[in-house]
Amino acid sequence: MRNDCDLRKKLRADAFRSGIKDAVPIGLGYLAVSFSLGITARNAGLSAFQGGVASFLCLASAGEYAGFTLIAASASLAEMALMMLIINLRYMLMSLALSQKTDPHMPFFHRLLFGGAVTDELFAVNIARPGLLDPWYFYGGMAIAVPLWTAGTCIGIVAGNVLPARIVSALSVALYGMFIAIIVPPARKDKFIAVIIAVCFAASFAVQRLPLLSGINSGTKTIILTLIIASAAAVIRPKDPGAVPEKEAPDA
Amino acid sequence: MHNTWTYILVMFAVTYLVRVLPLTIFRKPIKSRFVKSFLYYVPYVTLALMTFPAIIDATQTPIAGILALAAGVIAAFFGAGLLPVSAICCAAVLMTELIVL
Repeated sequence: MRNDCDLRKKLRADAFRSGIKDAVPIGLGYLAVSFSLGITARNAGLSAFQGGVASFLCLASAGEYAGFTLIAASASLAEMALMMLIINLRYMLMSLALSQKTDPHMPFFHRLLFGGAVTDELFAVNIARPGLLDPWYFYGGMAIAVPLWTAGTCIGIVAGNVLPARIVSALSVALYGMFIAIIVPPARKDKFIAVIIAVCFAASFAVQRLPLLSGINSGTKTIILTLIIASAAAVIRPKDPGAVPEKEAPDA
Repeated sequence: MHNTWTYILVMFAVTYLVRVLPLTIFRKPIKSRFVKSFLYYVPYVTLALMTFPAIIDATQTPIAGILALAAGVIAAFFGAGLLPVSAICCAAVLMTELIVL
């Protein structure tokens, strides 16, 4: 019994460490993004403490950006709630995907804890891990991502434009580099996924650049195109029952 | 005009519920083949949509973003992990902008 318990503790610690390691690029990207988010928050009149609390609780780049803009515009609370619902709707899809990968016997409180931190990036690394979701791997990621996201916002509010534009520019692609590292390896193995990615790039570019459609904000664009393209892919090439998104463990 | 803390509370409440409800309500495995397939493709689609063209708008000059994308795709294709690919993208932007700007 004792060995069993020790083993479980060791597995938890391993998962936690591995979560920390995989979240380092996420954290660096977050620091850059939340720094610029802090500048938006400052313009909306938030103190560093208020911005830090908002970032700690919400952990959402597009959502917070939209929220700060609405605060600056003195919007109604109903508008705020609707905007948060729409712009964060993709998290609902991600949580739904994660729920399919979560052990039904896992203690319930874990869902309440890691559920609040389902971001694009933490979702990506957790869904990419083979097997059932490990809350301790998730917590390892949160241990890096949440403090850096919060700190970046505070620093952005306090320090404004202190960092040179070159550095901000370079750091701002860290996040996209991580997205690329996640979607390219499966696309290499499966041509259909490569085609989907190409379609997504083209559609995303078209919606943003075509004059008629360019008024759509990026959160809404992501929701609508995700629904259309993922549905089309599911119809064209359904996966076998029981298939869950599985890729190689990144950087293993 | 509301108190800033009220706004933050609403932001948090809605964002949290959107994330946690699917994890707490839909706890039984999904049977539908379509829904399963749909969810299988969602991560690739969402990440691809958010990467491009956002990556070329994130940098000071679009060419830096394009080169970062190309460098990242090549590095990931040849098996580089998350941190190396991210670092390569950042380096591509830094170098491009040192030359171009």
